Amino acid sequence: MKQNDIYFHARGESLFTDDLDDFPGLLHAAALPSPLAHGRIARLDVEAARRMPGVAAVFTAADIPGENQIGGIIPDEPLLADREVHFIGQPVALAAAATPLLARRALAAVELEIEELPAVLDPRQAAAENLLISPARTFACGDVEQAWPACSLVVAGRVDSGGQEHLYLETQAAVAVPGEKDTLRVISATQSPAVVQRITARVLGMPMSQVAVEVFRLGGAFGGKEDQATAWAVLAALAARRLRRPVKLVLNRGEDMRLTGKRHPYSSDFKIGLDGAGRILAYEVTYYQNAGAAADLSPAILERTLFHATNSYRIPNVKATGISCRTHLPPFTAFRGFGGPQAMFVLEAAIFQAAEKLGLDAAALQEKNLLSEGDGFPYGQKVKNCRARRCWDEAVSSFDLAGARARVRAFNVANALSKKGLALMPVCFGISFTSTHLNQAGALVHVYTDGSVSVSSGAVEMGQGVNNKILRVAARTLGISQARLRMESTCTQRVANTSPTAASTGADLNGRAVELACAEIRRRLLRLAAEKLSSADAAGLAIRSETVWLNGAATDLTWGKLVQAAYFGRVNLSAQAHYATPGIHFDRTREKGEPFAYHVFGTAIVEATIDGLRGTCTVDSVRAVHDAGSSLNPLADRGQAEGGIVQGVGWMTLEELLYSPKGRLLTDTLSTYKVPDIRTAPAEIDVRFLQDAPNPAAVMNSKAVGEPPFMYGIGAYFALLAAMRAFRPGQALPYAAPLTNEKVLAWLEEK
Amino acid sequence: MNREMAFFLNGTAVRSTLPPGTVLLDFIRRDQRLTGTREGCREGDCGACTVLLGRLENGAVRYRAVVSCLLPLAEAESCHVVTIEGLNGKDLTPVQQALVSEGGSQCGFCTPGMVVSLTSFLLNSRELQSDEAITAIEGNLCRCTGYVSIRRAVEKLLRQVRPGLQAAPDRLAALCGLGILPAYFPAMPARLSALAAGAPREPGPGKTAVVVAGGTDLYVQRGSELPEKELRLLSRQPGFSGIWPSAGRIFIGAATTVAEIMESSLLAAALPGLAACLGRVSSTQVRNRATVGGNIVNASPIGDLSVIALALDAGIGLRGRGRVREMALRDFFLGYKKLALRKNETVAWISVPLTKNGVSFHFEKVARRQYQDIASVNSALGLEMAGERIAAAHVSAGGVAPVPLYLRAASAFLIGKTVSPALVREWAAIAETEIAPISDVRGSAPYKKSLLRRLLFAHFLDLFPGRLNAGELP
Repeated sequence: MKQNDIYFHARGESLFTDDLDDFPGLLHAAALPSPLAHGRIARLDVEAARRMPGVAAVFTAADIPGENQIGGIIPDEPLLADREVHFIGQPVALAAAATPLLARRALAAVELEIEELPAVLDPRQAAAENLLISPARTFACGDVEQAWPACSLVVAGRVDSGGQEHLYLETQAAVAVPGEKDTLRVISATQSPAVVQRITARVLGMPMSQVAVEVFRLGGAFGGKEDQATAWAVLAALAARRLRRPVKLVLNRGEDMRLTGKRHPYSSDFKIGLDGAGRILAYEVTYYQNAGAAADLSPAILERTLFHATNSYRIPNVKATGISCRTHLPPFTAFRGFGGPQAMFVLEAAIFQAAEKLGLDAAALQEKNLLSEGDGFPYGQKVKNCRARRCWDEAVSSFDLAGARARVRAFNVANALSKKGLALMPVCFGISFTSTHLNQAGALVHVYTDGSVSVSSGAVEMGQGVNNKILRVAARTLGISQARLRMESTCTQRVANTSPTAASTGADLNGRAVELACAEIRRRLLRLAAEKLSSADAAGLAIRSETVWLNGAATDLTWGKLVQAAYFGRVNLSAQAHYATPGIHFDRTREKGEPFAYHVFGTAIVEATIDGLRGTCTVDSVRAVHDAGSSLNPLADRGQAEGGIVQGVGWMTLEELLYSPKGRLLTDTLSTYKVPDIRTAPAEIDVRFLQDAPNPAAVMNSKAVGEPPFMYGIGAYFALLAAMRAFRPGQALPYAAPLTNEKVLAWLEEK
Repeated sequence: MNREMAFFLNGTAVRSTLPPGTVLLDFIRRDQRLTGTREGCREGDCGACTVLLGRLENGAVRYRAVVSCLLPLAEAESCHVVTIEGLNGKDLTPVQQALVSEGGSQCGFCTPGMVVSLTSFLLNSRELQSDEAITAIEGNLCRCTGYVSIRRAVEKLLRQVRPGLQAAPDRLAALCGLGILPAYFPAMPARLSALAAGAPREPGPGKTAVVVAGGTDLYVQRGSELPEKELRLLSRQPGFSGIWPSAGRIFIGAATTVAEIMESSLLAAALPGLAACLGRVSSTQVRNRATVGGNIVNASPIGDLSVIALALDAGIGLRGRGRVREMALRDFFLGYKKLALRKNETVAWISVPLTKNGVSFHFEKVARRQYQDIASVNSALGLEMAGERIAAAHVSAGGVAPVPLYLRAASAFLIGKTVSPALVREWAAIAETEIAPISDVRGSAPYKKSLLRRLLFAHFLDLFPGRLNAGELP
């Protein structure tokens, strides 16, 4: 129990980055955000700020020793604004002072004059002005133009989805501590320690070997600390390097909400065509992604939108085009689902509208078009071990869909002021980073002479339970109790060149790397055991329950004795290993390949109620059959599914980002940006895992779980639409998430 | 040099000479370096900084969960502050164990606050019902779990501890026996008494002191400057607290918290639905601090308490220079954040009349989130009936004007009428002439206008079921 993070969480003893303050001479840093969305810096004078009480220094772009550039995919984002500002909240200056409050007060004394330039906030306007992050991309299969005439029904429309604030409870935080011989240790609340290391080295003009980045744990991330933790860590590092003192930078909640990126808002146009039997023959879609002012991860996110354009459906003719539009909002970034949810929402809206035209329930069309084994995706990969149908059927039977529908109908007959609706949401989500090179991981395992084991991996623990899963893999591989194992912090000096803990791949990649390292140690130990037991070879040997077994019988060679023998026999008790997902590739010139190691499937049934008097929405239940493979930790996987669902429901129904016409975020507090609380989250969430569903493509037959359940939340939108439809047949429905109380009431009030 | 303040933090007596306006959370984290109490938002909306504040009441310590990010350190004086570290034992407490075994903690950032809130619930709840437990953690946001595992943990915990706790004559002793509270708790009343006896008399605050009632709004707005100000804590001044009947009215002291109003048997008897309405105000931790006086003086156009009090025909008492001036609450709000409060006057109480036949009262509130949210529009209606006729009527609305609005014409219109669909339609039309909503983050002006009309209808639908039906929506 006590090696488990959660034990310490419950006691408040787990340390988060801001909890670390044992650094003599620690200073606190804060950044001055640009007050305008677009403009030229006419004057930036920090002299008065430097003279404020308690201030150690105030820095601007001119103080950066290396390259003023933090862009990852595209180098288009300065750390500190230089000459121009491109979004409200862009860091312009950096103050370091004795306390966080004094640092912020110093910034208030910075004299900043900006000549305002016009700001573009709307992605369609940006596209019209050719303000693009990168050239448009199109994924296609078949020929939509030839298919339209064959369709008996063609529906076209526009669909919008809003952004989403991550609202990890722990805000962005980092501490940078200078060391001897020009080194720097950065403790960062990041999903991407290697990125923080690389960018810190770039900005400070140092070799990466002199920068160590360490991560203990994150208080939630959800993608929001994949790329967006970097700037704050590097700013702390800049101040620490210049001042030769430890510097901590922690955003307060308002700063975190205003200054950091969120899920991308999308505006999309679709056209869908069906034959007389309800089969989808063709689907054409254009996504306008609001990328914000810099690339950040937007191209990769847009790519995943294109990969998931067809969700869990077989569509023979597809043309999906993605346009990443540069606007003057803080750069939008990764968030659970990584562009996938935006794509799936458009297709579900298209199917819902087609079903309405046909006088059918959307579920009839969804079911008819579900993927089957061997069907192809527009990007060329064929679906293997397809469980779309299995999940759908099990959801329909185990949650008694027919009974649920009857209940909804009866409720709607009995209630004039309140109506219920029901929707199904199938999900098919590809697992692997779509940038193939990121699908690699390292691990370092040490066995100490007392038999205890230290495990380091590239995975970052952020509540998803990856550390516990990795320890299970290590314990099973070594044949010893998990109590002997200790998961170390994530540190670039122990495991180098790590990929971000993202794309749901944390346990897949790092678990495999740890498994390989442990297997290597086990191989060496068993070779030694073979000698000790005078066995001809290690084939009949195994370690189970902390004992060496020979041909199915326990020997008296225990783990402790074996490790001692290994040490005195000068056998290497440490192993480093590297794992690279085999068989995946993608050719961006043709937009074809096999980018995913496998897919995750599932189907959710969502029920919702609308109070037609007050216009308020309630999502009553989300019940899902989910494919988790052979779970490494069913309790953790269930928690991931439940948490993902509630975030998805929040995105669809409640969470709304509002901006002023000048690009200022208006919903920048917890009192104005509402995430689900315990009363708003669906009262009933029932997640059942497919049984007997091993996944040979991942470690110990498990499956990635972090992102896919988020998309069950999309069903909430359509359950609410179904409830609205029960009030008024015929009236056009809105397709712009989130479906807030206000939008529902406006619809009810339409004459 | 600041005055020395003495109190208990967990099992330890502490003395502090920090400014009295210092935020308790900062004292806990920065000065005491107890990092289990977390800063999530610094506006009382996430609950990650929840601690117990124990105050000596009639020889026992009454513990309440509060958000430490909005609490001036001076409020801890002579009290017992309990953080997660002060609840930890050698092993996990049953509260912690339930969360751990049901997967009710993922990233762990919010978990200590959740543990403190649930422990407070076990200290205070008589019935120990699960819905009350959920109310106790309404103010604790979790972004990881979706709350499902937390609900499971609560159910499991209550199944485990309810029988023993309900049977126990001494709840505190029983909680110690179950390992929910550490062994030092039973000694706290005596230690607090001894501390109170030895406390120096507080010098009266100066004229420029900032009046703090609950501070739950003031610290959101001015949290970084208050540590540098002299404070005048209403809770520590005689005559501002409590609920008492007098001359056909019930008086509620300005420093009375929302929680105390909800717990008042006097008010429950006079206004049976009131506690349920107040359950829609903020969260348990904030209701334990937020006061009626603060809510009114803050003059938020959507203040729930102001809107409720207006429909109860409340009066307000303003104390200044040794005397108390009274007026109707509806005359107190002059304009946006502008009050009929003279210099040197402090709101002392509000009062509501006790009527012969009782008041039919109904409150409606629509926000983005049903709980722990600020209304887009709220409205209250108080009616006195004389047979079939309306003898007196008071209707109010928030979010539709620069002030918590008393709808004068609409209120007057109802008097002498009998309830019918036509009456409600005509009434709602009159109300609409009195409002001037603006578009903001809580909704567009047209939305607020439609919403109010519907909430007015909802009042009558609730108070006179069967008289109206849905098809008659105005």
